[in-house]
Amino acid sequence: MSTTTRKLPPFEPLDPAGIDDLLTADEKAVRSSVRQLCADKVDPYVADWFERGQLDDPRGLAKELGSLGLLGMHLEGYGCAGMSATEYGVACLELEASDSGIRSLVSVQGSLAMFAIWRWGSEEQKQEWLPRMAAGEAIGCFGLTEPDIGSDPGSMRTRARKDGSDWVLEGRKMWITNGTIADVAVVWAQTDEGVRGFVVPTDTPGFSAPEIKHKQSLRASVTSELVLDGVRLPESAAFPEVRGLKGPLSCLNEARYGIVWGAMGAARSSLAAALSYAGERIQFGKPISAFQMTQQKLVDMNLEYTKGVLLALHLGRRKDAGTLRPEQVSLGKLNNVREAIEICRTARTILGANGISLEYPVIRHANNLESVLTYEGTVEMHTLVLGQAMTGQNAFR
Amino acid sequence: MNIVVCVKYVPDATGDRKFESDNTVDREGVDGLLSELDEYAVEQSLQLKEKLGSDGGDSEVTVLTIGPAGAVDAIRKALQMGADKGVHVQDDAIAGSDAFATSLVLAEAVKKLPHDLVVCGMASTDGGMGVVPAMLSERLGLPGATLGSSIELDGQTLKIRRDGDTATVTVEATLPAVLSVTDQSGEARYPSFKGIMAAKKKPVETWSLADLGVDAGQVGLEASYTAVEETQARPPRTAGEIVKDEDGSGAKALVDFLVSKKFV
Repeated sequence: MSTTTRKLPPFEPLDPAGIDDLLTADEKAVRSSVRQLCADKVDPYVADWFERGQLDDPRGLAKELGSLGLLGMHLEGYGCAGMSATEYGVACLELEASDSGIRSLVSVQGSLAMFAIWRWGSEEQKQEWLPRMAAGEAIGCFGLTEPDIGSDPGSMRTRARKDGSDWVLEGRKMWITNGTIADVAVVWAQTDEGVRGFVVPTDTPGFSAPEIKHKQSLRASVTSELVLDGVRLPESAAFPEVRGLKGPLSCLNEARYGIVWGAMGAARSSLAAALSYAGERIQFGKPISAFQMTQQKLVDMNLEYTKGVLLALHLGRRKDAGTLRPEQVSLGKLNNVREAIEICRTARTILGANGISLEYPVIRHANNLESVLTYEGTVEMHTLVLGQAMTGQNAFR
Repeated sequence: MNIVVCVKYVPDATGDRKFESDNTVDREGVDGLLSELDEYAVEQSLQLKEKLGSDGGDSEVTVLTIGPAGAVDAIRKALQMGADKGVHVQDDAIAGSDAFATSLVLAEAVKKLPHDLVVCGMASTDGGMGVVPAMLSERLGLPGATLGSSIELDGQTLKIRRDGDTATVTVEATLPAVLSVTDQSGEARYPSFKGIMAAKKKPVETWSLADLGVDAGQVGLEASYTAVEETQARPPRTAGEIVKDEDGSGAKALVDFLVSKKFV
């Protein structure tokens, strides 16, 4: 047995296992800058945006996010910051600790729209769009899901047909983050050669993106329908090489990875709110944090939070090493969103009636995570992906 | 234009503060960081550099700190914010130095660096004496414009606004000079990701007392004029006094309170 006389570092209630030790100085610097930006530009306003279902100035916010370097931060070149996957994850956690809607804005811009152009676009498409998107001067969206097509994108109905040297797009896309405010849409459509991707400037005639109202989740985020009504594009608008679902799925894998981290941000924020509230709320002459049942809840929340962050960090290290498998992203997304929503709901009960008020972040996070639970792959799909990986049996086709 | 900005690595004020048996701060159990008040000094240095632009020739901002091995984190933060290079004076003999001894080491380090302007924060967030900038100016034999809440540079003339309790004064000094800035001088920027990446390639030199020609006997706890005799935890916060206005006397009670605290 080894003994040591070193003084023990202090116990951190929101990092009980001391996972901070595993972060590099640069990862902590990224965290600190994102935290500061959120404290200045998001946290004071986000409950109001959520209540009104509208961001004050999404374009201004995108520029702020861009000037810090958040947009496409893990991409190399074209004005992108070129940070590591783990640094990207740390940033997602901090963004989602503020609000899942803000993290969604960044995920869709960087991991879906920008990644698609960066990975599959022609040199001209990259030059035209990526530097402006990295700076937040141009906003992107990503159209895969349709009104009737979710988990089974291979059955999509949006079609691109050749007309001379042009392409003409017809169809509908649904639940598209950033759609109404976007300058450019990456749209996936069926063609005679299989699914292909198109870079669609949103001022192209026939393109419109009405905003989806009546959401009870991600209210501090723009969600839209994309209507493609005879949208005529030159041949150069198509991604040159990629055919089939490999194109869009490679992008989704990027965004899902960010969610593995992000969900833990929402969980941390709710856990912190519950811990603080439990210490101040006096019932029967003592703080409710002094009751065993409250402590049980707080400790259980923290166990799952701690395990979720460890998992995210481990997957981040694998992604940086180039060894992260898509099934592992499924594992992370499935576990961390499921546990995060449970943590937020438990926090809600600790806050009692105050738990449903926007005066506290808890119900906002819980409601937001209802979207995060199913977007970028439902619980069912990620479960079946893992089931197939474990058993060799495909249970969804 | 060469700007040297002096910064301090301090224990994170949000953590528990502990002291060693000799009443110096226990740095082992606590995370350290760039003193928040020094971030304003870095910010003003960077703004001056940016305003000079290419007209000022090649302006350079050098971050200077004295401290244990971990103090390089404070330099790193300033480099991430945009400073160009760092100098870390590290020597075990310096531990426990008071403001007088610290200013000696800083002055000798500044003398080894090209300097048109030496910029400091208004005070450290741990010791909080706020005397180092004045001592530094004396030791360097340079004019000292301290506690500036707004800073202008016009050619070789430095002009600051200093806000006192009863009057605001404008202080001018001719370069080279020592400047200290307050937390009212302008919000400090936080490092962008490009800044974080760029800082990895920026040079940081480590100097010992021997490099500065300072004798170990002139610094440290033994050579310090001031010593901390005793430390005590701040008493826990007491509940505030609640004034209930039941018979119309509430306003008078509030005014009496403000008068008793000399707020009016």
